[in-house]
Amino acid sequence: MITQSSESIASVVQIPDDNIADIGNYKSNSLWRLTLRRLFRQRSAQVGMVMLGLLVFTAVFAPMIAPYDPARVIEDANGRIKVRQPPCIHLLGCPTDQSQHIFGTDGNGRDQFSRILYGARVSLRIGVTVITAAVLVGTVIGAIAGYAGGWLDNLLMRGMDIILAFPFFLLAIALVFVLGPSLENAMVAIAIVSVPTYARVVRATVLSLRETDYVEASRALGASSWRILFARILPNALPPLIVLATLGIATAILDTAALSFLGLGAQEPTAEWGTMLGRERNQIFSAPHLVLIPGIAISITVLAFNLLGDGLRDALDPRLVHGKGIK
Amino acid sequence: MIQYTVRRMLLAIPVLLAILIVVFLLARAVPGDPCKSILGEKATAETCERFTKIHGLDKPVPVQLAIYMSNMLRGDFGDSIRFKRPVLLMLAERLPMTIELGMAAMTLALLVGIPAGILSAVRRNSAIDVVTMFGANIGVSLPVFFLGLLLIYLFAVVLRDTPFSLPPSGRLSPGVTPTPFFQYYELAVEPNTGKFYFYQFIAKLYILNSILTKDWVVLKDTLRHLLLPAIALATIPLAIIARMTRSSMLEILGLDYIRTAKAKGLPQRMVIMKHSFRNALLPIVTIAGLQMAAILGGAVLTETIFSLPGVGLSVYEAITARDFPVIQGFVLVIAFIYVSFNLIVDLSYAILDPRIRLN
Repeated sequence: MITQSSESIASVVQIPDDNIADIGNYKSNSLWRLTLRRLFRQRSAQVGMVMLGLLVFTAVFAPMIAPYDPARVIEDANGRIKVRQPPCIHLLGCPTDQSQHIFGTDGNGRDQFSRILYGARVSLRIGVTVITAAVLVGTVIGAIAGYAGGWLDNLLMRGMDIILAFPFFLLAIALVFVLGPSLENAMVAIAIVSVPTYARVVRATVLSLRETDYVEASRALGASSWRILFARILPNALPPLIVLATLGIATAILDTAALSFLGLGAQEPTAEWGTMLGRERNQIFSAPHLVLIPGIAISITVLAFNLLGDGLRDALDPRLVHGKGIK
Repeated sequence: MIQYTVRRMLLAIPVLLAILIVVFLLARAVPGDPCKSILGEKATAETCERFTKIHGLDKPVPVQLAIYMSNMLRGDFGDSIRFKRPVLLMLAERLPMTIELGMAAMTLALLVGIPAGILSAVRRNSAIDVVTMFGANIGVSLPVFFLGLLLIYLFAVVLRDTPFSLPPSGRLSPGVTPTPFFQYYELAVEPNTGKFYFYQFIAKLYILNSILTKDWVVLKDTLRHLLLPAIALATIPLAIIARMTRSSMLEILGLDYIRTAKAKGLPQRMVIMKHSFRNALLPIVTIAGLQMAAILGGAVLTETIFSLPGVGLSVYEAITARDFPVIQGFVLVIAFIYVSFNLIVDLSYAILDPRIRLN
């Protein structure tokens, strides 16, 4: 790497003496620092981050906040299971001789509030795990296809095209049936159908950069193909990947919840919001809170990731830089 | 243009073939014995042997695939194992429901999403913009199944006994029966022929059929039943289209030639619709085309919630029952619709932007 002292720069471009000190104190503004700064300035991203922060807090401290075990069946004083009890909040006038259930109890007599809190854990785990897997596999496929080119590129990308030719959700349903209904298999199915999106983005980046001068220079210096790919080219695919992945987490949570709603994802007694909603969907007329609360929980989580993803996209968009990069 | 269209249509054939193979293999990879899942756990070994022989399931998978493809090319999609009815007839009966629902949802998404996006872009940072984009963010985050139930709760429970009450399920109210157009016009048709299937298909498009038979009671009832599922299915595409329209319009509105158009004194409506919107259309059309997948996938959930006998619900039921011919036929038709839609979107680029040469 070529380094120049502030004196030598001054001698070449003849910077006035009083500015030399400034150059000495100059702090580099990396893409990531600029992105973070812009991200924290955006209102929608701020809202998204606060919502996400609360969700993470809920997920982490669920065992401490939840008044009951999410799988515990609650009985009243006479030993009868408290099935589909309406919300009972002492502060709002519910008799104190009754046990408090902020969101009522579900069809199996379990505390809905505790299950909602534990559901945050499940949903966040689903979103992050599914998208991490999809991004990793998609990156490897896209990188190999883009860098190798030829028949391997054709083979890999036609495979991706076939996945994309199906309506996303229908393919996920078919895959879950093949793998067997369970939360893990639903996550695998959603990850598989998500892979092509990331593979295409990575391939496009690799294709656009593999013949550039700096990559040629690395090749001339004797860098291996792997080093060129992972150290020189792929870091450039990170900004679009981060945006897509953040928005992808929202979609993954939504789709896994939809599979669970159909009975193909999480199985009882897992406290998963889609399953909770699906099992009680016929109670919309008699106990609407059992449908509304898990639905709102899913919507808030998805909204948080969508707002953050939108904020990241704007923050990483070079067209939205207004010359404020260097102080 | 014609050359490009033909080439693209030919290119769609290998894609559909690949889809068929994948669906065929996936259907057979579902664990469990198809005989037991259809005839029940008590089916004897002899019954199962006869069952697998009748349906050709004893042959190797490549042979089954070859037989299926050769039959399919002659218009025979096989018979449903569960219902013992031709798959083509079932398609003719159930596809119209999904087409009506999908078209209603897409129309709603475009008719509301595009004007909302334009308004939001033109009045950037105003209260309208903030409210529209807030609504779009909420809309894109609402699961179809939750929104469907929410709408049922609102319109069938809260607003019951008011003029705004809407039916929560089914295609028609009890007692309302449409007269098929071929009966209305006394058209003679032999049952179980291609013509009969086609007539069934048109007759099951209740909106079209009721217009053809001038049955306004059925038309009104069909539209009332269609409204809630269409809103539920349209919300996410609507929100995405509105956001894309806004961002695409904002990009165009900031260009020099728009300033020139304004400086020339052109009326605002002309600047927005003729100069800006036309050029902002390309990404909007792309995203609208992509939303077709969301609509076809979402149809499974919407049809489940609103008890609508469409293709989505049929595929789901067929997968659970391992009804291979129905899975294959229905998924292939859905994929065909999807691939055709993508082709239409690609072709529309050349019409929208004459600079794009499709050759």
